[in-house]
Amino acid sequence: MKNKFDTILLGHGSGGQLSHDLITDLFTKHFDNDILRQQSDSAILETGKNHLAYTTDSFVVDPLFFPGGDIGKLAIAGTVNDLAVSGACPLYLSVGFIIEEGLSFSDLERVVLSMAEEARKAGVRIVTGDTKVVDRGKCDKLFINTSGIGILDKQHVPISSGSNIKIGDKIIINGSIGDHGMAVMAARNELNISADITSDCACLNGLIKSAMETGAQISFMRDATRGGLGTVISELVKSKNYGIRLMEDRLKVNDGVKGMCELLGFDPIYVANEGKVVMVVAEEDADRVVAVLKQHPSGTQTSIIGEITNDHQGSAWLETLVGGKRIIEMLSGQQLPRIC
Amino acid sequence: MKYIDEYRDKEIVRLLAEEIKKTVTKPIRLMEVCGGHTMSIQKYGIPYLLPEEVELISGPGCPVCVTSRTYIDRAVAYSRLDDVIITTYGDLIRVPGSSSSLDREKANGADVRIVYSILDALMVAKKNRRKKVIFLGIGFETTAPSSAAGIIKAQMAGITNFYLYSAHKVMPPAMETLIDEGVQIDGYIGPGHVSTITGKGIYLNIPEKYGLGVVISGFEPVDLMQSILMLVQQIENKEPKVEIEYTRAVKPEGNVKAQEMLDEVFEYRDDWWRGLGVLENSGLKIRDKYAMHDAEVQISVDVEPLIEPKGCICGDILRGVSKPKDCKLFGTVCTPSDPVGSCMVSNEGSCAAYYLYNR
Repeated sequence: MKNKFDTILLGHGSGGQLSHDLITDLFTKHFDNDILRQQSDSAILETGKNHLAYTTDSFVVDPLFFPGGDIGKLAIAGTVNDLAVSGACPLYLSVGFIIEEGLSFSDLERVVLSMAEEARKAGVRIVTGDTKVVDRGKCDKLFINTSGIGILDKQHVPISSGSNIKIGDKIIINGSIGDHGMAVMAARNELNISADITSDCACLNGLIKSAMETGAQISFMRDATRGGLGTVISELVKSKNYGIRLMEDRLKVNDGVKGMCELLGFDPIYVANEGKVVMVVAEEDADRVVAVLKQHPSGTQTSIIGEITNDHQGSAWLETLVGGKRIIEMLSGQQLPRIC
Repeated sequence: MKYIDEYRDKEIVRLLAEEIKKTVTKPIRLMEVCGGHTMSIQKYGIPYLLPEEVELISGPGCPVCVTSRTYIDRAVAYSRLDDVIITTYGDLIRVPGSSSSLDREKANGADVRIVYSILDALMVAKKNRRKKVIFLGIGFETTAPSSAAGIIKAQMAGITNFYLYSAHKVMPPAMETLIDEGVQIDGYIGPGHVSTITGKGIYLNIPEKYGLGVVISGFEPVDLMQSILMLVQQIENKEPKVEIEYTRAVKPEGNVKAQEMLDEVFEYRDDWWRGLGVLENSGLKIRDKYAMHDAEVQISVDVEPLIEPKGCICGDILRGVSKPKDCKLFGTVCTPSDPVGSCMVSNEGSCAAYYLYNR
């Protein structure tokens, strides 16, 4: 592996350029096969009449409980959403717990109840699992892995790769950005910030289903988790023969999130969400999809935030609030708080 | 959001852009000497709003960027000591030293903690009395007073295991040196946060001795456009002076209490700046009476020999004579995920700002 790092840095897990390099230069290089090469949110497996979507995700959030959710809710929603954005109907989940010796039973129970509740709401069943307990200090309280399987109609296969995207398509997001990342950050005691920020953590399969049932031409979906909206957009447009135009004044950022980003020097477009889907929809269907999503509790603030363009092929441009322009690149590592 | 949205008003920005266009009659180059301004200018796409006559160049305003590699090398050496905890602002941990960086040391087991203020570092020291807790004090007049306050507090509270490793610098010597060196500048966008502490007095030499204007600016797009307009008017009217655009935060006399604290703890020393070399009285050293908290005095360590990276033109970029895109390493060998020069690391570095927003 061509790599200038002899150790893994935190930045390798940030979802930005370093993570990207790790995945392409190590994992997909050695695990290489045609399914993995697609690098979509879920692997799409051909099994005859219907296709299967299959995905996995691990959750290591600190703290375990935060306004708007907890690690358990996150573990369900994260995997359900990875299936749903591939156009699949999520059905079955597995769950693996890695528990640190000394975790209070009531905390674990609280997490499990939250998972059960979220799975019930999403209409998925947890059908298999595994438990490991490690010595104190060998993991941070509780890590959870979930895998999920869903079924996928053949006609929706292109959604995860975005291969049907065309010039003029509209880009839609179902509400404000940056809530999850900043809610978790505020919940960490080290900052001593009391902010009124709630994570957007939610299963989106219901919302996505309602959009797909309109029959609209949805050419791409992805949940904007780690790395935020900016990372989804820059990954989407990379080495494509189209460009992306985003309008900053269409992006919703809640006041608490905005304030905390100001304080830390963060850019909200790179802050994590756990209940936001970016959809690319044919121009003629876009308004209809927005109207339907707005009816859904997780989509009341849905708006069109940009479009696929013929200009700037291979790059994404943001028209700033004040009428300037700037490019949207993938973040290199973690966003770091600035000095002054 | 109140007090911010007003300064991001598209219509006001458009009107200011029109006014700048109407007023300017010849090509001018304005330098911002604050990393926060560099970032704002790129983030809001300000260059796209200006007429072609007005060129913005970035100066040595990013504290991480102007700091020597030797400073990082020494911090790395400290981090390798068993009984040391390094506390630092986030920007510094990815900055490359000669052969390592703090984030690599952290991955190898060093105790390196990101803090948000020196008070957090003091808390770490209080909770870990058997360890030496070193705070990496970096920044201009903006952050130096809080470092001073931290040291005074450590002294008063008897936190004897707390040390500051100072890379603090002051801005005016660098601004004057750039003009002395013949860098073509027609006016300065003055640093807003520095000036909240210092007031406007520290810049008076620049119009008086060099005939150039300084407008102390805030960080929002309306602030920046207004400041650019004020500079353009000064230049067109041939009336160079120090003006404050950022009146909601900057008083002419500055923050006297913070100035007193700075003077209590620090004294000037000659200091090395990337791109500018050694500038007289441009750095801040801890006074002898607080030497018990001075890491350089109290904790000796072997520091590896300095290796400067080949081909990196951070120095020229910091002097405003080259732009990031002029560097052969920019975006190829040197990227934010694997930076060669410090300008690519900090959130406020010119190369990082260009890479993220304007490539």
